[in-house]
Amino acid sequence: MEWEAVIGLEVHVSLSTNTKLFSGTASIFGAEPNTEANIFDLAMPGTLPVLNKEALRMAVKFGLAIDAEIGKRSVFDRKNYFYPDLPKGYQVTQLDFPTVGKGSLTISLEDGSERHIGVTRAHIEENAGKSLHEDFHGMSGIDLNRSGEPLLEIVSEPEIRNAKEAVAYLKKLHAIVRYLDISDAIMAQGSMRCDVNVSIRSKGSTELGTRTELKNINSFRFVEKAINSEIQRQQDVLEDGGTVIQETRRYDAERDTSSPMRSKEFANDYRYFPEPDLLPVEIDDTYIEAIRATLPELPDAKSARFVSEYGLSDYDAGVLTATREMAEYFETVARSSGDAKMAANWVTGDLQAALNKNNWDLAESPIQAERLARLIQRIKDDTISGKIGKTVFEAMLEDGSDVDQIIESRGLKQVTDSGAIESLVDEVITNHPEQVQQFRDGKEAVLGFLVGQAMKLSQGKANPGQVNQLLREKMQ
Amino acid sequence: MAFDKTEVEKVAQLARLHISHTEKDEVTGRITDILALIDQMQSVDTDAVAPLAHPLDITQRLREDDVTESNRRDELQQLAPEVDEGLYLVPKVIE
Repeated sequence: MEWEAVIGLEVHVSLSTNTKLFSGTASIFGAEPNTEANIFDLAMPGTLPVLNKEALRMAVKFGLAIDAEIGKRSVFDRKNYFYPDLPKGYQVTQLDFPTVGKGSLTISLEDGSERHIGVTRAHIEENAGKSLHEDFHGMSGIDLNRSGEPLLEIVSEPEIRNAKEAVAYLKKLHAIVRYLDISDAIMAQGSMRCDVNVSIRSKGSTELGTRTELKNINSFRFVEKAINSEIQRQQDVLEDGGTVIQETRRYDAERDTSSPMRSKEFANDYRYFPEPDLLPVEIDDTYIEAIRATLPELPDAKSARFVSEYGLSDYDAGVLTATREMAEYFETVARSSGDAKMAANWVTGDLQAALNKNNWDLAESPIQAERLARLIQRIKDDTISGKIGKTVFEAMLEDGSDVDQIIESRGLKQVTDSGAIESLVDEVITNHPEQVQQFRDGKEAVLGFLVGQAMKLSQGKANPGQVNQLLREKMQ
Repeated sequence: MAFDKTEVEKVAQLARLHISHTEKDEVTGRITDILALIDQMQSVDTDAVAPLAHPLDITQRLREDDVTESNRRDELQQLAPEVDEGLYLVPKVIE
């Protein structure tokens, strides 16, 4: 039987506010344990929540970016469960009236086609703390720094059909929240987390199969692997005549398998009810429009503009707009160098390769945009050849000095002096009489070889156009 | 709507409440009475009434995103039965 997967993603992003969702405690990643856990965050009796203005603004901004309905009246609810990293015994979230309603985003697939994936909703909620189960003489250690940190949980429609689409969706969300500057969205640090719901059904069927939920996935690559492994597991179960059990499974990236999590008893019975300590939040059109006015150019729009304004291919435009930093870097190089195509080639080629090789973020690159633009200018004004450009680029990775200084001090300047080139050409003609004769007999292809020899003699510094022209003239 | 003892046990478990064997009958009876009241309320036609999320006709005030709390870990951890390396220690939780 041919199977088809039905996948939905629940993505949590930490909103990059200064303080927590309901208290004025600092909310910065990586602080010493429990130094960002005060009386409210520890659920001391008598403390009351007050909603952070920024968290609401960020949620609305996200909603506008995905063309979602914005809840003009949102209501917070309590989700009740007992766990030591949740001191109140409930998580404050939004159940029936979330701040962000139905929206959608567009993903690009490898074959160049596009798909819209629906977003069911995005609600504001507070994070729980962290439990450490390493050995604290038989006890668990609790760090409540994360407790009460603002999260936006973004729930997709079950419209994703395979692991690649899931990754594309996740990457698009990642790009959007970073463009909006509402979250760092670093999966490895937990500021973007992803739970995946997967079920399979026979292809063409409209009924949904039993789904499982995969947790503990902390990189884009593992999302793809985890989904593929779960689809395969469900297929095996069904093809062996078994049934898929609705359960939560923890993905183990090292072994590429998942195993059922020992479920908390009646875990799904959270007994939600409206949070009596918070009033409904009301916002109006003026508020929403003021936020809309602050929306930056988003990845899709930027990519389309790169194609029309700079004549880039869809592929290059997509790569260059994957992050806001990369897009800004490219635009600076394109504008300062005056050559967008060369800028795109250098950024997606040599620069990207250097970043990958050294495991650098763009911000860590020793070659910042203005330096790369200067290098391109020197290629364009024939100070150096394109080939020497690569040598200069390599040197720039090691040497922070000015591009012109690097070219000068390493003697990489292109030889355009016709006297110097003439002597090179004469030398080549003298050394290769056989090939020269072949050329004179009409064998055009030999010219390439002779130009190559001259370039070699000049250590790549001769202007290849001039060499070519002079060789022809001399051999006529 | 009747409520039986098993459901009382389940709700008590969810709320981590201990209800003794002798209390169970009494609690079951009381919850059944409350549910009867809810049934009565539900028989009222409310089609034209919007659901009420909060009884007060006022809305939430918002807080500026400014840090107003300082680190009081040492003071707060004096209230905890056991701490280690800045962590609050609790009986081992195994998931």
